[in-house]
Amino acid sequence: MLNDSLNKKNIEFDPAVLDDIEKLSYGLRNIYMKHGFERFKMSKFEEYDLYVRNKDFLVSDSVITFTDTTGRLMALKPDVTLSIIKNSRDNPDSLQKICYNENVYRISQSTGSFKEILQAGLECFGNVDNKVTGEVLGLAADSLALTGREYVIETAQLDILASFAEEISSEPAVKDALLKCVSEKNLHGIDNICTSNDLPLEKASDLKELAGLYGPPGEVFPKLEMLCRGKGIDSCIADFRESLSSFKKGEHSSHVIIDFSAVSDLKYYNGIIFSGFVQGVPGSVLSGGCYDKLMKRMGRKSKAIGFAVYLDMLERL
Amino acid sequence: MLNIALPKGRLGEKVYDMFEKAGFPCPSIKENNRKLIFENEEADVRYFWVKPSDVAIYVERGAADIGVAGKDILLEYGPDIYELLDLNIGKCRMCVAGPKDFHDDKRRTLVVATKFSKTAQAYYSSIGRDIDIIHLNGSIEIAPILGLSDVIVDIVETGTTLKQNDLAVLETIFPISARLIANKSSFKFKTPQMEHIIKELSKQIRED
Repeated sequence: MLNDSLNKKNIEFDPAVLDDIEKLSYGLRNIYMKHGFERFKMSKFEEYDLYVRNKDFLVSDSVITFTDTTGRLMALKPDVTLSIIKNSRDNPDSLQKICYNENVYRISQSTGSFKEILQAGLECFGNVDNKVTGEVLGLAADSLALTGREYVIETAQLDILASFAEEISSEPAVKDALLKCVSEKNLHGIDNICTSNDLPLEKASDLKELAGLYGPPGEVFPKLEMLCRGKGIDSCIADFRESLSSFKKGEHSSHVIIDFSAVSDLKYYNGIIFSGFVQGVPGSVLSGGCYDKLMKRMGRKSKAIGFAVYLDMLERL
Repeated sequence: MLNIALPKGRLGEKVYDMFEKAGFPCPSIKENNRKLIFENEEADVRYFWVKPSDVAIYVERGAADIGVAGKDILLEYGPDIYELLDLNIGKCRMCVAGPKDFHDDKRRTLVVATKFSKTAQAYYSSIGRDIDIIHLNGSIEIAPILGLSDVIVDIVETGTTLKQNDLAVLETIFPISARLIANKSSFKFKTPQMEHIIKELSKQIRED
């Protein structure tokens, strides 16, 4: 009906009336839908309980809450992924592809007050194999290429990183501290953690070498394979290699690097994780990865992968 | 062009010498004037002097690609940056200090004066001590003398200022030294220069 009415009044889509972020947002949606992703529109509100149960998954602890007319404690969405999982079908044998453009409400690091942030992104649930992972990584690269700037996708394999940290210590606090150092490329910090926890420094040498690996897949994989030899994680490397195989050639091939500083929370993420950078923007503008562990925590059997593009970060381009 | 934020003062001058030796000279920086930005197009480098506590902000926000900041600042503000090297210079320590004969009466809240509120909060929370923080911006040492606080949390280099004010170090929280930091995005787009600097500065640190 609305569409008919607009057509009658000769109101057609005119890109000139959109601002840059609206154009980018439209462009991203266009790319995702052409790849078979269905648009998912969600409510601005969600029951607060969902976020309490998965507090560590959120970027910040603070959430805007209010009591609705039925007395339920509600929240303005600080995150999109949790809501999409909650409302998705759990069918591990099929593949569900969803994309979104949504506002989230988070604390701004600079002002310390709440900010409305526009995110675009996609999620895949169900039978997520290496081919699907490769497709998602490709779409992440397509998303960054749309900015017209030089871009880089950095990627890592979290299970490999976790097994290297586990070799040093099985103590969760020590492992967290080690992974924080890896995320900062802080190799001297890894030594300091070993010293202060009476762990032999030799134990840290492999993790330091892994944290120091940096470069295109073709250069890094031979070194990574050498480093992982005998550690019983050959299947992780094989999956990692296969997921990145589509980048051997093509327009994105020179934009993908392996960098194990792309760390995410081990409680929720597993397998491949990645971040995107665009020249001229000081921080990452895209982040994503596999989150089968989060699905399991939410009682789902399906595998999952997705990413979000932080459109607010691109405003200043 | 590589943008480098240097901390104003003696430490910054020492750091510049290290960068110069690493192949990033900018002779105009040694001229005696009040300029804050110096550029050497030939070496493709631009230096700027900033307040030491602001270096991490310039780097995190991408105004500088790399910089040198104390570990105290990195732990207090927690910027989202890479911490690439411990330069082993500018060494000092974060301490709890107070009157020489101070006895902590655990039945009451401890009053702590400091410039490093987050650090003090994290330290006392790790040992389960209830505290009240008074945030000051300078001359922290006089707070316990005037009865404004029981103790202070501050940086101690030689301990001379403490001694002259009849104070003593009660606890060392963590050692501090200058760190080479980099913006995460700049690292991706200026990788060869960054890797060259890390290699050359590491060599100098080993030689020392």
